[in-house]
Amino acid sequence: MIDVKGLTKAFGDNLVLKGIDEHIYPGEKVVVIGPSGGGKSTFLRCLNLLETPTSGAITFKGTDITDPKSDINKHRQKMGMVFQHFNLFPHMTILRNMTLAPMKLLHKSKSEAEEKAIQLLERVGLADRAGSYPSQLSGGQKQRVAIVRALCMEPEVMLFDEPTSALDPEMVGEVLDVMKSLANDGMTMVVVTHEMGFAKEVGDRILFMDGGVIAERNTPEAFFDHPQTERAQNFLAKVLM
Amino acid sequence: MEQLYETLSAIPVADQTFWQNFFLKFYRAWFYQDRWLSYFEGLLTTIEVTAAALAIGVALGVVVAIVRTAYDQRRPGTHNPLLAFVNFIFKIYVTVIRGTPMMVQLMIMGFVIFASSREYTLVGALTLGINSGAYVSEIIRGGLMSLDPGQAEAGRSLGLSYIQTMWHIVIPQAFKAILPALGNEFIVLLKDTSLISVISGKEMVYYARAIVSRTYEAMFPYIITAVMYLIMVMGFSYLQSILERRLRASDRR
Repeated sequence: MIDVKGLTKAFGDNLVLKGIDEHIYPGEKVVVIGPSGGGKSTFLRCLNLLETPTSGAITFKGTDITDPKSDINKHRQKMGMVFQHFNLFPHMTILRNMTLAPMKLLHKSKSEAEEKAIQLLERVGLADRAGSYPSQLSGGQKQRVAIVRALCMEPEVMLFDEPTSALDPEMVGEVLDVMKSLANDGMTMVVVTHEMGFAKEVGDRILFMDGGVIAERNTPEAFFDHPQTERAQNFLAKVLM
Repeated sequence: MEQLYETLSAIPVADQTFWQNFFLKFYRAWFYQDRWLSYFEGLLTTIEVTAAALAIGVALGVVVAIVRTAYDQRRPGTHNPLLAFVNFIFKIYVTVIRGTPMMVQLMIMGFVIFASSREYTLVGALTLGINSGAYVSEIIRGGLMSLDPGQAEAGRSLGLSYIQTMWHIVIPQAFKAILPALGNEFIVLLKDTSLISVISGKEMVYYARAIVSRTYEAMFPYIITAVMYLIMVMGFSYLQSILERRLRASDRR
């Protein structure tokens, strides 16, 4: 579904991604883990061109989206993204947060868009907060809204950029539950996270990134029980006491 | 009242009581020969000049702010020579306008650049607008830069275009943030219209000075002018506070 070839990204003189080749298949749950500064988030943000790659090609459903002639806005509609800091629009109600893009981009009527939004809010147990503003919600609630806001566009792949890193510990579970149920529905997911339990339980594949490269690719079982590379062993030793 | 004025003005100044004198001076500054009409004529010009300068200032300010923000937030490594050039011109504009006194700008515009023009009020409005644009652009730029870049990223990640993201997400939030500063700038602009009297713009101070030159009595015309400005600014501040309260709806917890 997403094909990455020779992806590099430099910020000034700082080479953050040093050549990534990867393929993400439909329905796959890919979990990206690794130490901070290893390029995980940059890799994820390159997939929907929030960061412009320095070189390399990213093909999404057969179209090279790094080609300046391709309409990136169209492709982004099919790639939902969830951010570490939620990034809900604070000046809009929850409902409006969710209906803005479908109404502007999919040309849905207000009632159509709202019906879909309420359905999704019900699914994450927040239908009663539709009229609230983001500042009235807890962190976990905000992140659940952020996930369903992306789902309102009916994306084919969801990108998660450390979705639980900014949450209080007691709220991590509710967000992970939503992500698990999404995974069970067969959504294609790329998740950057530090939640090793989630990686083990939900991931089809683990990408271990360190120093701007994918240092190890493995199944969760193999990765957590018998990591192949020394870097992954060191990392896991520090993370899993 | 006219009769009272006639009676009192017959009394020699040395024999007038304090209140008689007070009444006479105020009468000459306001009622005599319907002078109060000229204050309101001046007020009308003040409002017209403020409105025209505001329109010019906001239009200029928005354009300058968007270009300068786009330049400052351009992706590292990309180079757009046109953007860089326009940004450079706008930077000079802001530097020159902010670096020179309003009064001097008015004199240069009125007596040098438009020396042959008789449209003093129009030249005054234009100068004020150009001046205001520099300040407004800095205020707007501050608002755009202060917003969390994550907001624009969230908009773009949903598939919204740059323009849609600016219009629905960035500008409404930036506007709310800069409203107090914009209101402040508007008040300064309103009061700065008094300066166009130096190039013979016919606003309130111009008429007040004309009355002073006829009555040789400065106190009342200038105090009346001050009170009229004060009332306008207070009225505007009230409107601004209503608007701010309405925009604060999303802050309630």
